[in-house]
Order: sequence, then structure tokens, then C-alpha cells
Amino acid sequence: MSTLTGLDRDALARVVAADIPPGSFVNLGIGLPTRISNHLPPDGGVMLHTENGMLGMGPEAQGETIDPDLVNAGKAPVTELPGASYFHHADSFAMMRGGHLDICVLGAYQVSVTGDLANWHTGQPGDIPAVGGAMDLAIGARQTFVMMTLLTRDGRPKLVPDCTYPLTGLACVSRVYTDLAVFLIQPGGVVVRDLFGIYFAELSALVGIPLVDGTARAVS
Amino acid sequence: MTGRVTICDSALEAVADIGDGATVLVGGFGSAGQPVALVEALRDGGSRELTVVSNNAGGGDEGLAALVRDGRVRKVVCSYPRQSDSWHFDAAWRAGAIELELVPQGTLAERIRAAGAGIGAFFTPTGFGTPLAEGKETRVIDGRGYLLEYPLPGDVALVAAHRADELGNLVYRKTARNFGPIMAAAAKTTIVQVDEIVPAGAIDPEHVATPCLYVDRVVRVDRNLAVSEGRT
Repeated sequence: MSTLTGLDRDALARVVAADIPPGSFVNLGIGLPTRISNHLPPDGGVMLHTENGMLGMGPEAQGETIDPDLVNAGKAPVTELPGASYFHHADSFAMMRGGHLDICVLGAYQVSVTGDLANWHTGQPGDIPAVGGAMDLAIGARQTFVMMTLLTRDGRPKLVPDCTYPLTGLACVSRVYTDLAVFLIQPGGVVVRDLFGIYFAELSALVGIPLVDGTARAVS
Repeated sequence: MTGRVTICDSALEAVADIGDGATVLVGGFGSAGQPVALVEALRDGGSRELTVVSNNAGGGDEGLAALVRDGRVRKVVCSYPRQSDSWHFDAAWRAGAIELELVPQGTLAERIRAAGAGIGAFFTPTGFGTPLAEGKETRVIDGRGYLLEYPLPGDVALVAAHRADELGNLVYRKTARNFGPIMAAAAKTTIVQVDEIVPAGAIDPEHVATPCLYVDRVVRVDRNLAVSEGRT
């Protein structure tokens, strides 16, 4: 039995948040990545984009601040921050596809060692396919990060040699944040930047793909 | 001051001539910008075999969901049909009673934009190398793979805006703008429900998001009574 604990969701969100440079324009995907917004420094000037047509999105709306005309990509009511702007869908996706956003953080079913992403469809018969903005987001931003648990519920790694789930985009992920390690997808291979409660050898055995130890301890 | 736009007395009058087999572009994303009164009026009007282009395939029991439930939609072109409350679409899809063309959200928006802008087709990197590229023409440009995508025009667009002037210039509120401006441009007939209609000149020209030449009909709707007005 595995005794690995790694980082919890908020601790992992803090790690991602700390890597987002001040002043960045960022899109946070639905689900786990949304938590990152809770850990961005309020004075860091990071501006959040939501693909349904807004830059400068604030926290989720509560009570009287709920406005049915103001929702995020997950269709939840949100707020606007000073300096926010609104635009139509074609402009919003041009902003994304055109490489004007610095970082996009997405969830995933699988990421391959070459940065292929699978996060939109299980491919199971009877599962109604729905893609939303996943494919545009995956290939649009200057950098696409993935935030996910490293293992599936039944213990299989989601960082894989080749994705078996239907693809969202090819060679689009540059960094993978997981509860057990942070992986950099580089032309020479997958580099482990951080380890959380696991040894490098243990991690290598777990994922079963070639990894380069790039942790501070290994490099120094 | 008068223009070409028709100010309608009811949503039912506004959508009365939408015929069987029409392709209908329906704006809205989540609760924002849903032309609920117009879609409910379309349902009351009785046209069938519709092709609906919208981001989603209806949620809950009203609007687009009700149109799907009543078997009036032959085909849905959308990016995200599956939602926690999309039970009417889910049932129709599982029964094989409705056709689905799944389009990535940004490609959906750009195809609609292209239809209104006179673009014959365009290459986009979105979806290249994925299952949604199947059957599509591809090209490698400067080392990057692209898919050829075609415009998505409508016979009719149903749009919700916040305010119209009596010429049909439109202003939206917040994220309710979503598909409004591009759908208004992409349809032969654009029908808009608004919260209020003001005299020409009352909207600052700098604030007009959809210029009046894209708009054919406007109807004022009390959103709190949207469903009942759709039925008058």
C-alpha cells in the first residue's frame, strides 16, 4: 500500500500561485486550477481572464453581489475588479488563441512526456462529448500548465508515455504541477523540479518513464 | 427618428416567421445573455426541425432545454452540451433523436464571426491532432498544424442585450455580451430582446457594442416576467 501523502489541493495551489509572475494575464481552468486565485498575492497585479468575455475577474460573488449577467467560464457568479473589461466571445478567444495571455492552468486526465494533453473526454461509449474552450485554452496561451493529482484513484500515473484518452492538444503543456512533484516538459525530456514527500527514485519507479532529477538538491 | 428596425410588441410577434428547418443562432452563456423570452416564444410558435447554434444545448426546463424536450430541434451545433442540468438534451441524444456537431468554443465563435464578416474559411490551430480534426482539411503553416474551418451563418439570431435605442443600436451588460455581437452579424434576420428601449442619441456612440445595421427586430422584455411575456 502506498503511504504517499504529498501536497493537499491548497498547498499545491500555493506552489502554482508562487510561480505566476506579478502582472501576468492568466486563465485558470474550471475545477482544481480555480483554487489558485485564492493564493495570488492581492498586490501582485495578476489579471484573470475568463473565456466567456472578461479580463479582470474578481472572486466568486456571494449574496447581494450576485449578478446573473456576470459569470465565469464555469457559469458561476463572479465579481469584477477595478480595471476590468468585457468583450465578445470571438475577441475573447482571439485573445487566447493569439498568444496574448501569459499563462493558462488546466486540469487533465493525462499528460504525455512530450506535453500532449488529454482533458476533455473520457472516450467511453455513452459519455456525451463536451469540449467547451479546452482545446483553445490548451494551445493558446504562451505557457500552458497542468495541475492535477499524479495518480488516478486506482493508482495509475497520469503522466504517461502516450495519452490513451482522446487528445485536447499536441505538445502544448510545458509544466505539470502534481501533489507529489512538479515536472518540466522540456525538449530533452521530463525534468523533476520539486518533490513533495517522495524520493526521486521512488517517483521514477512510480511513473515508469525516464525522468531527469532537476531538484535543487540534485543540481547543487 | 426611424430606421429599418422593427420594434415589436411581443416576443411572439418578433419570432412569428421563423419557419421549419431554420438555422437559429441563440446567444447566451450560463445565466448571462440568454434570450429566454425569444426562445420560449419560438417554442410557442411551433416551428420544427430546427438547427440550433449555441454554446450549450439547454439547461433546466425552460428556453432551449424545453425546445429540445419538445422534439423541435433536429441538430445542435455547440461546444458544451453536457451540463449538470442538461437532462433534456442528454435524453434526446441517448435516444438518437438529435444530431450533435461538437465545436470547440473558440472555433464556434470564430466560425460565427467569419459568417458575419464575409470570410470564406479560415485555418485555426485549435483541435489540430485531436479527434475533432477528423475529416477536416489540414495545413502546416510555419511549422504549426492548422484545421480549415468554415463559417457558421444563421437564418435567424436570437440575442439578449441590455439596452437598445429605437434604431436598434445595442449595449450589453458585463459577460452577457458573450455571443451577441457576432451572432447579430451572422444571421439574415437578427431579433433582440432588451431590458429597455431608449430614444436615438440616448446611447453614447462610443458605447454601442452592436451597431444598428445588424439588428432587424427589437422587443422589450421584463426579464422577471420573461417566460410569461414570451407567451402573450
